[in-house]
Amino acid sequence: MPNAAVGFRDRRAGIESAAGNAADFQPRWTDLNGAWSGSGSSDSRFPIPYFRIPYFPIPYFRRRVQRLRSPSPVTHTSIRPHTLRIEPTRGWVALRLGEVVAYRELLYFLVWRDLKVRYKQTILGVAWAVLQPLLTMLVFALFFGRLARVPSDGVPYPLFAYTALVPWTFFATGLTLASNSLVGSANLITKVYFPRLTIPLATVLAGLVDFALAFPVLFGLMWWNGVAPTAQVVWLPVFIALAFATALGVGLWLSALNVEFRDVRHVVPFLTQLWMFATPIAYPSSLLPEKWRTLYALNPMVGVVEGFRWALLGTATRPGPMIVVSGAAALALLIGGAFFFRRMERTFADVV
Amino acid sequence: MSSDVAFPGEASLAPTPHEAPRVIRVSHLGKQYQLGARARYRTLREALVDSAKGIARSIGRGRTRRSVERFWALDDVSFDVAQGDVVGIVGRNGSGKSTLLKILSRIVEPTRGTVDLEGRVGSLLEVGTGFHPDLTGRENVFLSGAILGMRRTEIEKKFDEIVEFAEVERFIDTQVKHYSSGMYMRLAFSVAAHLEPDVLVVDEVLAVGDAAFQKKCLGKMGTVARHGRTVLFVSHNMGAVVSLCSRALLLQSGRLVLESDPITVAARYQATLTAAPTSTTDLAGAEHYGSGKARFVSLRFVPERRDGSTREMMCPGSRLRVETRIVCSAPIDSANVGITVYDASGYRLVDANTAMQGRFVSMKPGDEARVDFALDDVRLKPGTYLVGLWMGRSNVEDIDGILYAATLEVEPDPHQLQHSEQFPGSYLCAFKHSVVISTPAGDVAPPGVRDEPGQRSAAGVSR
Repeated sequence: MPNAAVGFRDRRAGIESAAGNAADFQPRWTDLNGAWSGSGSSDSRFPIPYFRIPYFPIPYFRRRVQRLRSPSPVTHTSIRPHTLRIEPTRGWVALRLGEVVAYRELLYFLVWRDLKVRYKQTILGVAWAVLQPLLTMLVFALFFGRLARVPSDGVPYPLFAYTALVPWTFFATGLTLASNSLVGSANLITKVYFPRLTIPLATVLAGLVDFALAFPVLFGLMWWNGVAPTAQVVWLPVFIALAFATALGVGLWLSALNVEFRDVRHVVPFLTQLWMFATPIAYPSSLLPEKWRTLYALNPMVGVVEGFRWALLGTATRPGPMIVVSGAAALALLIGGAFFFRRMERTFADVV
Repeated sequence: MSSDVAFPGEASLAPTPHEAPRVIRVSHLGKQYQLGARARYRTLREALVDSAKGIARSIGRGRTRRSVERFWALDDVSFDVAQGDVVGIVGRNGSGKSTLLKILSRIVEPTRGTVDLEGRVGSLLEVGTGFHPDLTGRENVFLSGAILGMRRTEIEKKFDEIVEFAEVERFIDTQVKHYSSGMYMRLAFSVAAHLEPDVLVVDEVLAVGDAAFQKKCLGKMGTVARHGRTVLFVSHNMGAVVSLCSRALLLQSGRLVLESDPITVAARYQATLTAAPTSTTDLAGAEHYGSGKARFVSLRFVPERRDGSTREMMCPGSRLRVETRIVCSAPIDSANVGITVYDASGYRLVDANTAMQGRFVSMKPGDEARVDFALDDVRLKPGTYLVGLWMGRSNVEDIDGILYAATLEVEPDPHQLQHSEQFPGSYLCAFKHSVVISTPAGDVAPPGVRDEPGQRSAAGVSR
């Protein structure tokens, strides 16, 4: 069988334009631009860099291991359990996350499709993933930093704002796209079965790729401003996970609601705008009196943004209790969202 | 199990090997829908108002009971499917076929009852599920395959086969939005056709592409069926059902009314179709041309058997009585009355008129006349035909004419279905013929082989 990876290696092109100055960080996302250079090697039928993607190496290896362990044909030829009972369900039902894992290839393809389609017929391609937070940062730096002289915890304001804008952009786009994801996939939902959770999940995961592109620019900006990351940077994955959980949690709630109530479509832009002001992006949370901060951190994005600043820039604000509160809030959102989603799921195909 | 209970007499007809394990067990399945706008999207405001009303009602003891009309799209359906069965599901539009398939493929939840499924179920409810116009053919094969439940390695293995079957090799790296609709359909079907689940649920996807591709699709379905896979197959094409399926179910307004062999079910299904052939068409509102001295007022088709008894549907080779009624408003003298049969695209096929028989119609104002044509051995292929009426004197005047007065449905004969392959063309024909064979040994004519001149051959009839 031809090796899919070989074909892809030849197609590396144009990443510089996509990732800007982040040359040291080389995700091979060339095909996202929709412009594969050259013919590619013709021996590969598979158009997608399945296990070449730095962000998704795990499923492939996992499957290999699994296959070695279990020679039973059932595990790898059938996606669902051998005997299945279909019956009416009521009220709250189990999440059945195992099924989502079983459908991980589909999840992967949906993420890939989202990315591919999003930057199709665009001139700048994936550069948009970097430009959005970057341009917002410039506007903020001009109006809040220069003109309004908003304090920034002793960090240069552009860096201060961008550090918050990178996770925020991930959150806001993930939320917006996820809330429309089910309605947008109505043609799939009414025609084929798969765990519906994969749809919003894929959308938010696709946002993670954009995030990974915008993130190296942050390091560039730190280097430019002469800020070295502290040892606390090891905590960064925790804050990324927190942002992901928040985006997915809210996305699950809104996407499920959107199926039945199309009002959600009108609420979402408004919601993200309000949420942005409720999050310390243009201003530091140290502006708030100490006693209110814990309450403030019920907004999980507060924890995310403060966490990012603390881990990367070493700002003075000790986010400890805020992180705990934010983490709890995000977890509640996510778990509640997942169960709510599963509860609403049974009528999706009838209503959407 | 349930099949035996429901139709004890017919169960023995079903060729199901009863030793084969049951892979689908449907028991008392029901799906209820709400009618009207309520069932569609609600806005938040409506939901709030409704719940407020609900609270008010619970306090005020059911003052304003909102009457939501509900209906059972599927009602108490039970049947079993054994491994390797190819089951046709037949019924008119709205009889619950699609609902049943949607429940079996887990897209919607039943309101009542249970289904037990063994093995992996693949459903093809639509051609091109998951196709994205902006992606290339190659990319769509992978995406659609994944959505239909195929593994990536599985798709890679079958990729060449899929592309070859679809006949789109040259365009595989072109975005599918630039495809012709035929190419798109072929590729989409091809992906679906290479799905290899234990149980395949198919909804009328065969109606894609040109005649040649349709034939290929049917062939593919046949191969799938012969390979011992379990298939549930919804179709309106009785020919396909009879030739592919080992058993068939007939649904009528959500209920399972017959479970038997495909021929019996196809015959019953056709009998439930519109009783249109024997109904009378009122021609008052039709578009008439001609002088209008007399008018056709109604037209009625009565299909008959060879022995002259009325039958409920028109089949190739039956007799057809066409009854017309004419009302006269000004004197007409020795007019010719005729009918013309056109195919569905308006192409003229056959004429019959009174002048051919040397008969003419004369009427005085106020007279009412009936002109009946008895057409013997009507060799029209199954399909829809248009019938036009005309009355006048050739090359002198048109008294009354209606280009397309009524449609005539010709159904396939259920007893010939198992052999019927749909040949293109417009009608079946029979020729009077005789045969002369010249060989060095001379003309050898064993008794009974050569037709007497003037006698219809029986050989050409079925095709």
